Amino acid sequence: MKFVGDRHLRKEDPRLLTGRGRYVGDLALPGMLHVVLLRSPHAHARIRRVDADRARAHPGVVDVVTFAELGGAARSFPMVPPHPELRGHNFAPLAGDRVRFVGEAVAAVVADSRYAAEDARDLLEVDYEVLPSAQTLTPGAPAVHDDIPDNLAGRVTLTRGDTAAALRAAPRVISVRLRIGRGGGQPMETRGLVADWNPALDQLTVWASSQVPHQIRQFVADLLDLAPHQVRVIAPDVGGGFGAKLIVYPEDVLIPFLARRLARPVRWIEDRLEHMLAATQEREQEHDVTVGFDDAGRLLALRDRFVHDTGAYTPRGLVVPLLTASMLTGPYRIPAVESSFESRYTHRVPVTPYRGAGQPQAVFVIERVLDLVARETGRDRAQVRLANLVRAEDMPWDTGLPNYRGSGHVVLDSGDLPSVLRRALESARYDARAAEAAAARAAGRLLGVGVACYVELTGVGPFESARVRVDAAGRISAWSGVSTQGQGLETTLAQVAADELGVTPADVTVVTGDTAGVEHGTGSFASRAAVVGGNAMALAARDVRVKARALAARALGIDESDLEQAGPTFADRRRPERRVTLAELARLAGAATAALGVEPGLESTRVFQPADMTYSSGAHVALVELDPLSAAVRILGYWISHDSGRLINPLIVEGQLQGAVALGIGSALLEEVAYDEAGQLLAGSYMDYLLPTATDVPTMAIDHLETLSPLNPLGLKGVGESGTLPVPAVLASAIEDAVGLRGGHVTRMPLGPSRLLDLLPPHP
Amino acid sequence: MTAGPGSARHDVTAIVNGAERRARVIPRLLLADLLREEWGLTGTHLGCEHGACGACTVLVDGEPTRSCLVFAVQVDGCRVDTVEGLAGAGPGLHPLQEAFRSRHALQCGFCTPGILMTLVAYLRLHPSPSETEIREALSGNLCRCTGYQHIVQAALDAAAAGRAAAPSA
Repeated sequence: MKFVGDRHLRKEDPRLLTGRGRYVGDLALPGMLHVVLLRSPHAHARIRRVDADRARAHPGVVDVVTFAELGGAARSFPMVPPHPELRGHNFAPLAGDRVRFVGEAVAAVVADSRYAAEDARDLLEVDYEVLPSAQTLTPGAPAVHDDIPDNLAGRVTLTRGDTAAALRAAPRVISVRLRIGRGGGQPMETRGLVADWNPALDQLTVWASSQVPHQIRQFVADLLDLAPHQVRVIAPDVGGGFGAKLIVYPEDVLIPFLARRLARPVRWIEDRLEHMLAATQEREQEHDVTVGFDDAGRLLALRDRFVHDTGAYTPRGLVVPLLTASMLTGPYRIPAVESSFESRYTHRVPVTPYRGAGQPQAVFVIERVLDLVARETGRDRAQVRLANLVRAEDMPWDTGLPNYRGSGHVVLDSGDLPSVLRRALESARYDARAAEAAAARAAGRLLGVGVACYVELTGVGPFESARVRVDAAGRISAWSGVSTQGQGLETTLAQVAADELGVTPADVTVVTGDTAGVEHGTGSFASRAAVVGGNAMALAARDVRVKARALAARALGIDESDLEQAGPTFADRRRPERRVTLAELARLAGAATAALGVEPGLESTRVFQPADMTYSSGAHVALVELDPLSAAVRILGYWISHDSGRLINPLIVEGQLQGAVALGIGSALLEEVAYDEAGQLLAGSYMDYLLPTATDVPTMAIDHLETLSPLNPLGLKGVGESGTLPVPAVLASAIEDAVGLRGGHVTRMPLGPSRLLDLLPPHP
Repeated sequence: MTAGPGSARHDVTAIVNGAERRARVIPRLLLADLLREEWGLTGTHLGCEHGACGACTVLVDGEPTRSCLVFAVQVDGCRVDTVEGLAGAGPGLHPLQEAFRSRHALQCGFCTPGILMTLVAYLRLHPSPSETEIREALSGNLCRCTGYQHIVQAALDAAAAGRAAAPSA
C-alpha cells in the first residue's frame, strides 16, 4: 500500500484554517427564520397551560409551537436499539403534559431574528404544577414514567462460570464500592440545525450538526410522515461530537417540522447553557465489587453489581450499562465473572454514550481492583497486571461474557497485550520512575506513578456503505455513510480509496455525512468510522478499479495482463503511447451497452458488514505530583502504548489519542455535572464546568503496535475513543501511589479539589 | 434586525481585514453577530457566548478580543482582524496556519480561528516563547479535540520560522 500508513496532511485543513469551513451555524438561507426554545425550569412538573398570546404578538415573531401544535409529530421517537430487558421511553419533539428534567424543551418560538425570538421567549407563560422528582438511584424515588413505578429501565446479569462457588473457594476475597459521576462530551460547536422545505419538490433538506445523519433522516421521515427520499440530511463541517451528537434529539425532528409547517427555512443553534442543560451525558454509576484472588495476585472470581443512572429517557436503550457490564473483565483472564446492573430512571438529562461509552467505568472498576489486589498481596501493580493479562497465544480470547449487542460473546480478536504493557513500562522507564517517586515521597513530596491497561470494543456494525464514482471529467468522488466531526475522514478515506484505485489522495474527493451520497448509512460513533467505513470504501474503490481495468483492456484491445497503470491513466505495457484515462473510461461506461459486459457508470456502491467487533488495546503510565497543601494534581509525564491494528494515518491516530487523553483528564479531575436535590444544574457554564486547558494536559509519548485485525480486509481497529478509557484509572493509580500508604484510597471519579484534599496523608 | 427595546440604529464603520466596512446596527448587536450574520465572516465561531472558550477571538486594534462579549458599536472606528484576513490576499497560508497544518494541530477546526488569532497576537509580542509560555498563552482557549500538544508544537514551529525569517527582530 502506498498511502495507507502515511502521515498524510489533512485535506480538510486549508478550508478550516482560513475560516472557510461551513458549520451549520454558518448557513444563511434567504428568508431564514430563527428558532429559540423555552426549556423547563423544573426537574419534574405537570404542564397545566402554556399562554403564548403575548409572545405571538411580539414584533418579529412568526410562530409559537407547543406539543399541541405538533399534530402527527406529537409522539415519541422509536427506540434505538431495542433490548428484551429494556423498559424504554424516548423523547417526543416537545414535552407533552409533563416535563422530566430541567432543560426539557417545552415550546419553540420562531422569529425573524434570534434577538426577537429570545425576547418573545421571555413573554411565554407556562403554568407548571411542580412535582417531587427522582434525584437518587435508590428505590422509592418518585416515578419518572407512570407505567414504570419503580424507575427500573432494565436489569441484566451476565455470567461466566460459577462466581459464587469461585468466590467461596478463593484464598482471598475483598470488596470495594466505587462511584463514577456525570460528565459530557462538550464539543466546542454546540448542536444546531437548519431546515428548508422545498414545496416544488415536496422535499426537506436538513443540515444537522450530528454524528448520525441517516438516523435523523429515518426519524424525521417517520415523525413527519414522509418517504425517506423526501428527506435529505447533511452533516456539514461538524465542530466535534464525542457522543453529544450521537442520538436523534427532539430538535432534530422539531426544526424540520417547523420548516415544513412554515414553508420557510429555519435555523436553531443551541447555546452553551442549553447544551449544559439538555445535551445527553454519561458515566454515573455505583459499583459494588467483590474479587477473589490468590497470594500470587491472580484473579479467580469477580462479582460486580452496579446501578446505572439513565436519566429521564432511554434514547440509546441499555447500551451504556451493557457496555460497562460486558467489558468488565477487559484485557484480563478471569475464570468466574458475574456482572449485573440495574438501570434506573431519574429526573435528569438522559444518559447516552459519550467518548468511551460505558467502558471508562469498566476500566476504572477492573483497574482499581488490580491495584487493590496488588496492595493486598504486596506485589507490584504492573506485575499483577502481567500475571492476569490475556496472552498473545490465547488469541482469539473469548471472555465468556455476552457482548452489548447480544450478537455473541466479547471475543478479543487479536493483539499482544503483555507486549503492549511492557512497551509502555519501558517507554516510561517504569521501574526507575517508581523508585524516583518512592524516594521523593520519603523526602516529603507527593509523587506517584500509575499504570492501567484496557481493551476497547471498536468497529461496531451493523454496516457501513461507500460509493465511489469516476465522472466523465475524470473526477473521483467517494461518499461514505459515516460522518466526520474532526477525525479527518476526508483524508483517511481518501488514502484508502487512492491505494485501491492506484491514484493519490488528492485525486479523491471524499464526501461524508450526506444521506444523498449513499442510501444507507450508520454514522460515526463507537470508534467505527475508519474501521467499517474504511473497509466499505476499500471494497467500492476496488470494484471501480476492476471495472476500469476491464474497460481499459477492451478499449485498447489488449489483455488485462498487458495493462500498465500510472495514476488515472491505463496504457498498453508493450506500446505505452496507446493509453486511455479514467475520464475516457467513465464516458465509455456511461454509454455502456450490453456488448461492453459492464453495468453503466464507472462506479460502485458497496457495504461492509463486519462479522464481529474488533478490539484495540493499550496501556498508559502516568507520573503525577500532588501539592501537599492544595492537593492540586500536576501530571509530570504520560506514556501511551497502543495497538489499534493497521494505522491508516499515524499522525491522525496520535491526534486522536492525545485528544482522548485530554478528555479523560477532564473527566478524572475537572469536569462534573452536579445537580442539587431538586435536580437543578449547578454547573451551567464553562466557569464552573471546567474543560481541560493547555496548562492541564501534559505532553504525551506515544508508541504504536500494529497487530492487524483478522476481522476486516484492511486489518483495521478503531482508535477514536481508546485514549479516554484508562485515564481515570491511571490517574487514580498514580494519585494513590503519590499519597502513599498513609493517604486515602481512590474510590470515586471525578476527583475534584475537595475529594483530592481528603486523600492527602495527615500532616506528620 | 427586528425592532425591540433600544432599537435605535447606530452607524458602525470599521477597517475589517484591511478594507472598510459599514453597518447600521441596533445597540445590543454583538460584534460576533455583526461579523457573522451581517458581514458573512463566518470564520469567527461562537462556542460558549460567555467569554470562556475563546473560539470567537478576533483582533480589535491588534488586541485579542472575545467578539461575543463586545457590542458591534464598540468597534466603530477600529481595525478588526479575523481569521479570513490572516493569510492576506494571496492563495497561500499564513506561517502559523502552515504550522498548524504540518503538525495536525486541528481536528474539528471549530476552536481553530480563535486560537490562531490569539497566537498571532501573542507571537508578535513574544517571538521566542518557551513551551510553558505558549501553554499559558493558550490557556484561555478551549480545544476539545486535540489535547493541545500539536497546537503547542505548531506555535513553537511558527515562532522559530518567524525568527528565521526576521533574524534582526
